[in-house]
Amino acid sequence: MFDLSGKRALVTGASGGIGRAIAEKLAEAGATVGLSGTRVNVLEEVANGISGDTHILPCNLSDKDSVDALIPSAVEAMGGLDILVNNAGITRDNIFMRMKDEEWDDVIAVNLTAAFRLSRAAVKVMMKQRYGRIIGITSVVGVTGNPGQGNYAASKAGLIGMSKAIAQEVASRNVTVNTIAPGFIASAMTDELNEKQRDSILATIPTGRLGTADEIAAGAVFLASDEASYVTGQTMHINGGMAMI
Amino acid sequence: MSDIADRVRKIVVEHLNVDADKVTEKASFIDDLGADSLDQVELVMAFEEEFSVEIPDDAAESIQTFGDAVSFLEKAVK
Repeated sequence: MFDLSGKRALVTGASGGIGRAIAEKLAEAGATVGLSGTRVNVLEEVANGISGDTHILPCNLSDKDSVDALIPSAVEAMGGLDILVNNAGITRDNIFMRMKDEEWDDVIAVNLTAAFRLSRAAVKVMMKQRYGRIIGITSVVGVTGNPGQGNYAASKAGLIGMSKAIAQEVASRNVTVNTIAPGFIASAMTDELNEKQRDSILATIPTGRLGTADEIAAGAVFLASDEASYVTGQTMHINGGMAMI
Repeated sequence: MSDIADRVRKIVVEHLNVDADKVTEKASFIDDLGADSLDQVELVMAFEEEFSVEIPDDAAESIQTFGDAVSFLEKAVK
């Protein structure tokens, strides 16, 4: 439906469930996709499952030099950069009173500071070419909060605020900046919930089921498309109705 | 008028869509030529490309007028 032929996309955290689905859907729509992550063997497996043009770009987002090298190497590998998906994220959950400085710092570094550095470098490239799409994968938790996730919620809310600020700065250059806030998405992690935990989660979701990574990826393909030119500074909530904002 | 000044003027005229005769030595990009802060960043990027030089952030901030840009680049391009 949306044609991304000739577009070059970089997806961080492409070895994870949602990142992988986003990379696959962008490629299906015709984009060349740079797959970034720390686990090269998994990235290779993801690349093998994609019939289009892919590039493997390993990066440790908690390492400043590694982050600063990522956009230049993506531009070099793909000959430019049109779409950046800041998807990678980590959790270090703990009740707030017990939260360690390192738990706070690690989550902010990967989820927010790395997204800042990558977006800063990408915006420069995109402004020059008068076209670009930056998509941040945030979370419903960044808007509603969640017990045990003070650090994660702060990082995800930070991503939303940052995206709105960049969106205002670069809108006149045909660069849009948006976020997607997934709700509960089926993953290896949710597979491990017991029936009681699962039921109590499902009770909060009007659609009565978990979401799929493909449903998040569909939103990313839309935001990356030419058709979404007039959408910027927004947060797309894909959560089965669990929070209506 | 130096070759560098001509090339800088051409970039400014094209980027800000202004008449060449408005681009005088003392003309401020923001106050006189209608640039916004984003235009100013883009002008610096365009100078870097045209002259194959790196303009560090603190130097970029000091380039406020056409004359500033020309004198910076005359020193940088040797």
